[in-house]
Amino acid sequence: MGVDQPLGDSFITASLDGLVNWARKSSIWPMTFGLACCAIEMMATGASHNDLDRFGIIFRASPRQADCIIIAGTVTKKMLPIIKTVYEQMPEPKWVVAMGACACSGGVFDTYSVVQGIDEALPVDVYIPGCPPRPEALLYGLIKLQDKIMKDKNSFGSTIGLGQRLESAA
Amino acid sequence: MAETNRAVIKLREKFSASVLDVKEFRGEVTVTVKREDIVEICNFLKSSLAYNLCTDVTAVDYLGKQEPRFMVVYNLYSIPNKDRLRVKAGVPEADCSIDTVSCVWSTANWLEREVYDLMGVIFNNHPDLRRILMTDDWVGHPLRKDYPLQGPDRELYKGRLS
Repeated sequence: MGVDQPLGDSFITASLDGLVNWARKSSIWPMTFGLACCAIEMMATGASHNDLDRFGIIFRASPRQADCIIIAGTVTKKMLPIIKTVYEQMPEPKWVVAMGACACSGGVFDTYSVVQGIDEALPVDVYIPGCPPRPEALLYGLIKLQDKIMKDKNSFGSTIGLGQRLESAA
Repeated sequence: MAETNRAVIKLREKFSASVLDVKEFRGEVTVTVKREDIVEICNFLKSSLAYNLCTDVTAVDYLGKQEPRFMVVYNLYSIPNKDRLRVKAGVPEADCSIDTVSCVWSTANWLEREVYDLMGVIFNNHPDLRRILMTDDWVGHPLRKDYPLQGPDRELYKGRLS
């Protein structure tokens, strides 16, 4: 087809970024971590009707096996240290999704016991508005996260000491 | 009527000096007593009048409305008599303490810890008076009326405009 293939048919060539990012975006494993009513909607998204599995999104019960944390609900000041610990236990690369009004900004809970948005503590990649967001909104947010992961530059190279990682906006 | 309530009659007989006020509202009887005698009264209510369940201990902050500032409220229930009674005791801000009734009803232990945590009322002789809801290093008592609603680093809440 005009392309010279000296190695024959048993090879395909691709950019490493494309391959690595494709593998990562197709196997986002979120941490099972529900905080409030948004977690019910998150569970509904994972169940058969909406079926997160078809995107390769499989909930893991251990932060050591997860690369994404969905902050699904109200973050109280008492819960924040635990969330930080869980986030720190996750291996790199890792992403944070703020699901719902509370995780984005504190929501209606403008009060002494509630953190006014998880972005005060963790680097958030995707914000999903809603109270709670419908499963479709969570799906859309996770697809946005996949788009963002696809635009990642040199994330693999940087881990083996070649250059810097360039993250792009979603 | 409150005056014909068996518990009220007995309390008036035995603690005539400590019963400050008796009220009935929609069939609920409330007795206000002196805080110094709260343990004795509670002991009597449990042993002689069979109020064997302490359903809740809570407190009200009457900042700027009445003195004494705090009112500790005990909601009692008698399982054998199927009867409820509310006992209240005023606590002034200057000496913000009252004796514990956890020696009468063990349930009162955690309920009093909650009142201490959120209202700052100190329960004398309590076996384990620690915060129960807020973190251990929390400063202040959030349910007091003069506590900044949106957090210690924010201004006092002034309604929807703040």
